[in-house]
Amino acid sequence: MAVGLPENIFITKLDAAANWARSNSLWPMPFATACCGIELMATAASRHDLARFGAEVMRFSPRQCDLLIVAGRVVMKMLPVLQRIWLQMPEPKWCISMGACACSGGVFDTYAVVQGIDRFIPVDMYVPGCPPRPEQLLQAVMDMQAKVRRTGTVMGREFAIRDMPTGPAPFDSDERYRIEDSRLIQLGGFSAAATSAGRSATQG
Amino acid sequence: MPLTPVDTLESASAEREYVWTLNFGPQHPATHTTLRLVLTLDGEKVLNAVPYIGYLHSGFEKLGEHLDFNQYVTIVDRMNYLSPLANEIAWHHAVEKLLGIELTPRCRYLRTILAELMRMHDHLLNLGTTALDLGGFTAFLYFFQQREHIYDIVELASGQRFHTSYTRVGGVLFDVNTDWVNRVRKFIRDFPKVYDEVDRLLTKNRIFVDRTKGIGYLSREEAINFSAVGPVARASGVERDLRRDEPYLAYADLDFDVVCSRGGDCYARYLVRMQELLESLKIIEQAVENIPGGPVNIGVESDMVLPSKPAVYRSIEGLIQHFEVIMPNRGYEVPREQIYAATESPNGELGFYIVGNAETRAYRARTRPPSYIHFSMFPHMIRNHQLSDVVAVLGSINIIAAELDR
Amino acid sequence: MVCLSELQQKFGAKIAESHFRDNRRIDIPAAVVLPLLTSLKTEYGFNMLVDITAVDWLEYEGATDRFSVVYQLLNLDTGERLTVRVPVNLPDAVLPSVYSLWRGADWMEREVWDMFGISFSGHPDLRRILMPEEFDAFPLRKDYPLKGRGERHNFPVITRSGS
Ligand code: SF4
Repeated sequence: MAVGLPENIFITKLDAAANWARSNSLWPMPFATACCGIELMATAASRHDLARFGAEVMRFSPRQCDLLIVAGRVVMKMLPVLQRIWLQMPEPKWCISMGACACSGGVFDTYAVVQGIDRFIPVDMYVPGCPPRPEQLLQAVMDMQAKVRRTGTVMGREFAIRDMPTGPAPFDSDERYRIEDSRLIQLGGFSAAATSAGRSATQG
Repeated sequence: MPLTPVDTLESASAEREYVWTLNFGPQHPATHTTLRLVLTLDGEKVLNAVPYIGYLHSGFEKLGEHLDFNQYVTIVDRMNYLSPLANEIAWHHAVEKLLGIELTPRCRYLRTILAELMRMHDHLLNLGTTALDLGGFTAFLYFFQQREHIYDIVELASGQRFHTSYTRVGGVLFDVNTDWVNRVRKFIRDFPKVYDEVDRLLTKNRIFVDRTKGIGYLSREEAINFSAVGPVARASGVERDLRRDEPYLAYADLDFDVVCSRGGDCYARYLVRMQELLESLKIIEQAVENIPGGPVNIGVESDMVLPSKPAVYRSIEGLIQHFEVIMPNRGYEVPREQIYAATESPNGELGFYIVGNAETRAYRARTRPPSYIHFSMFPHMIRNHQLSDVVAVLGSINIIAAELDR
Repeated sequence: MVCLSELQQKFGAKIAESHFRDNRRIDIPAAVVLPLLTSLKTEYGFNMLVDITAVDWLEYEGATDRFSVVYQLLNLDTGERLTVRVPVNLPDAVLPSVYSLWRGADWMEREVWDMFGISFSGHPDLRRILMPEEFDAFPLRKDYPLKGRGERHNFPVITRSGS
C-alpha cells in the first residue's frame, strides 16, 4: 500500500478501472415480450451486429447478467415475473427500457398493460420509439456504457442512494378519479355522465 | 433414488412417484417471448404439458371498440409482429367488406405484393429461429439478412420499417414508385441464392432432420378437429388455402400452387414453409410485373377514403373530404350489421368478426387468431416426446405471443 | 347446402336465416345449440369449427338480448361457411359446451368465459385463460371500462436500494 497517499485517490482510480471493465463487457438479459423483442433480435443479428459494442453475450439467465433490457409491453400478469427477474440479478445492474410500451404503456392504455415499468422497477435508460430502430438501441447501449463509466463505484454505492423509483407514482390523480367513478357506478348510485360532469364542474 | 424404467411399470394407474414437474417459461429464450408451460416429466419424457397463456394480454379487442377503423390499424399491426402488414390487410379486408368498398386494381395488386412479402418475412424468421433453437445459428443470420431487405422495401413504401400502419380504408397511405418496384425486383433476383444456401444447410442436414422428423405428429383428422389452419394444417394434408379457395385481392389472377404435405410432423411443417417461400416469390414476381396503373385509392367522391396529404394541404376539396371522414359525427355510412371476413395470413386463417353500429368505429372487433388455435394443440402434439423436442414443436407451429394473447 | 326448412322441421320454427354480403347466418335459440350443431357436423359436413366468440349488446340500440354467442362453421369439402348466433342472457349465462364435437372448442370457450363470463356446461376445464386467476371482472363486457378499475397499478414498488 502506498504510504501516506490519501485514501480517496486510490479509490477513484480503482473505480475508473472497474467501470472501464464493466462498461465494455455488459451482459444483457433480454426480457423480450413483444414486437420490440424482434427489433432486439435484429440488433443482435447480421446487419446491425451488437457484438461490435461488447454487449452481444445475451444471457437468458438473470443471475449472470448485469443489464436488463425490457423490450416490449409488460402486462399485469407479467409484471411479477419482471420484478422477480430484476431481484435475481446480482449487483451492479442496470436497466434499459426499450420501446414506448415499456416506458409508458405506449398505445396500449388499457386495463391490462402496466403504464410504464419505471413505476415498479428502477430504470436507467429509456429508448423511445415503437419499435425503436436498431440504431437507437445501439446508441442506448453506448450511452449506457458512458453512464456506467461516469457513475459507477467499485462498491456499487451509487445504488444505495436512490430509494424512490424513477417513474411517476403508480397512481396518478386522474386514474384515482376514474376508479372512484367506476366504483360509484358499480354501486348503482350515479351514472357515468353525472359523476364526471360533476367533477369537471367542481374542478372548473 | 434410481428411476424405474417406463416399460417395467405395472399399469398406468400405478403410483408414479418419480414423475416430476417442470415449469418452462414465461421468460425463457426458446418460448418465443412469453409462453409458459408446466411439463410433467418422466425422466426426459413429457407425459403432459399444460400451457398457461395471457402473459401478453393487452386488451386489443377492447381497444378496437374505442378506435375508429383507420386508427385501429395501428393496434392490429402489433398483433402478429412478424408480419405486421398482413394483419393490416386482413383488418381492412374485413372493414371494406362491411362497408361494401371495392378496391382499385392497383391497390389490390399492391396489397397482394405486400401480403406475400409479409408471408416471406414471417416464414424467414420462423425458419431461422427454429434452426436457432435446434442449434443452427447460421441459417438464422442468413435469413435475417433477407428480412432486412424486406424491411427496406417496406420502409421505402411506408416510411416505417416495422409497424407500418400503411393501409387505409379503401386504399393505402402513399402510392409506390418505380424505385420501389426496382427494389422488389432486386430482392426477387437475389433471394433464390440465399434460399439455396440455407436449403443445402438445413434440409438434408442429419442433425436437423433427426431432431424434426417424426416429432410433433398431427394427423389430418386431428388437424381438422382442432381447427388448425395455414401451414400447420397443410403440413398435415388439409388442402385449404384461402388465397385459392376464397380468392381475395388479386390472387384470382395469379398463378401459384398450394403447398401441402402428408408428413404431419415438424419436418413436414418446415418443408411446407420453405416451399411457400418460393411460391410467394413467384406470386410477387407476377404481381410486380403486372401491377396496373391508375389511382391507388378509391375515388374522392366516394366519401370513404382519406385523401392524400398533398390534397389535404393544397386543395379545399381535399380538406373538406378529410374532415368528412375523420369527424366523429360524419364519416362513413356503416351498416348496423355483422360480418366475418378472413384472409390467409402467414400463420393461417386470420379472420375478423366486426359488428357495425352506424359509428365509425367497430362495436365489437373480434380477431380469430391462428396462433391461439395452434397453441391449444400443443399438449397433444408433445405428449410422449422428449423434453428437448419441446422447442422443436414450439418452433414449428410458430406461436406469436401477441397474437396468441391479444 | 343447409336448407333452412329442413332445420326448422327438426329443431322447431324458431330458427331464422339472414344474409349479409357473402355471410350466411342462422339464429337459433339456446335450447337447441348442441343437437343442432351436432347435426350440422354429422349430416351437413361442417367438420371445422373456425371460431367461437361473443358480443355484448348492452350499448347497442334496439338489442333485445344481453349477449350472443357466435359460432363460425366451415365445411372443408365444399368450402361453405355458416355463422350460427345464439342469444344468451344474464343471470344464468350458460350454454352447452361443444368440446365433444370439436376439440378446437376448448380454448375458444375458455376465452369467451374469461372475457364475457358466459360459461359452458360440460367443458372439461373451464378456467380463466388470458386474465390472472384472481381477476374478478369480465373485461370485454361493455360495462367494464377500457382503462380498468386500477388492477394494473396494484403491485409492490421495487426501488434501487431495495433490490
Ligand atoms: S413499443 Fe411498439 S413495438 Fe415495442 S412492444 Fe410496444 S407496441 Fe410493440
